[in-house]
Amino acid sequence: MSTEPTTPTPDAGSAPRTRRLLLLAAGGAVALALSVLAFGDVGENLVYYWSPSELHEAGPEAVGASIRLGGLVEEGSVNRSADGLTLEFTVTDGQSQVDVRTTAVPPAMFREGIGVVLEGTMREDGRFDTARLMVKHDNEYQAPYAEDQRSMEELIESMQFDA
Amino acid sequence: MTTAETRRAWAWEHWFGLTGLAALIAGVYLGLFVAPTERFMGEVYRILYVHVPLQWNALLCFFGAGFVGAASLWKRKAWIDGMLVGVIEVGVVLETAGLLSGIVWAKPTWGVYWAWDPRLTFTFVMWLTFLGVLALRRFAEEHRRAPWTAAASIVASVNAPLVYYSVNWWRSIHQMQSSPETVHTTMILPLRINAIALFLVCVWFVARRARISLARRQAEATAPPPRILTAG
Repeated sequence: MSTEPTTPTPDAGSAPRTRRLLLLAAGGAVALALSVLAFGDVGENLVYYWSPSELHEAGPEAVGASIRLGGLVEEGSVNRSADGLTLEFTVTDGQSQVDVRTTAVPPAMFREGIGVVLEGTMREDGRFDTARLMVKHDNEYQAPYAEDQRSMEELIESMQFDA
Repeated sequence: MTTAETRRAWAWEHWFGLTGLAALIAGVYLGLFVAPTERFMGEVYRILYVHVPLQWNALLCFFGAGFVGAASLWKRKAWIDGMLVGVIEVGVVLETAGLLSGIVWAKPTWGVYWAWDPRLTFTFVMWLTFLGVLALRRFAEEHRRAPWTAAASIVASVNAPLVYYSVNWWRSIHQMQSSPETVHTTMILPLRINAIALFLVCVWFVARRARISLARRQAEATAPPPRILTAG
């Protein structure tokens, strides 16, 4: 690149002052956006799903509302109905549990001990009904013969309840 | 012009392209045939070797666009502007493929094609924003094209760190970042090879795109001036 052409004809748009102003404005917008994120309460208000404990804390207010609930499928809690259409299980965050009932078809990844995120409503009797069941797999990728199963603590950590 | 000048020279970036493509073939082979299946996900996890390199490089393009944009405003060089367009366009193409591969992977693993969780939402917004930057560039008058593209890129690039850290800062359906400790050793190598290979291909594409941009400018500069109709 021997000729090194500069951007064409210096007028309004490419005058050094306009460019400096643009740079300043763009930099300012970036700084503003980042500081809002850093010092604002965005992190506090942005919760994709509730833990079973948070759902219980909300108490009767949670009943009937559209709620996203996340947790681990408790070992030994999965119960398929005889007609094969409904599925019942318990989700846990290690401290409290919620009984869940769904007619959704679970993905192949669904099993005991895996993280799930459910969209549905809390009933008065404390059962959570959902038609949208999502599996949240953790960040482990292992070969079938790998023996290092994650501990319960690590699995609960993967649900990001402290985030 | 002599014939030596008119004949196309072998550009340096072709070496990046060739090396990248060769490495990509090796990485895909290792990923599809050598790496073990995943214990819970089975074969479907192999889309990892496509999805993750795409997203890493797209993110790198979009993050880099902020710096290239700043350099373009600072130095006002045509080749920096050409590079900026290259970085944005390559980023948009990679992100489009990255989003699609994610959608394909999400259905069998999560059970849904899409969820508006922080990671997916920020990624979608970032993709949309850079499409907007390209649209802005198309609409801008010629003398404003370079500075506006640059300024818009700087603002748009703020999304890149948000996308990167979103899975650590907020609860999401998307998994948290994996690390060499959470990934089986034989799965790491093809992933790294593909990521680096795609990066080399990106360098190739961006350099090619910058050259196209420069060639267009030069063609415009040397073209006979359009007849100007003046009233009166």
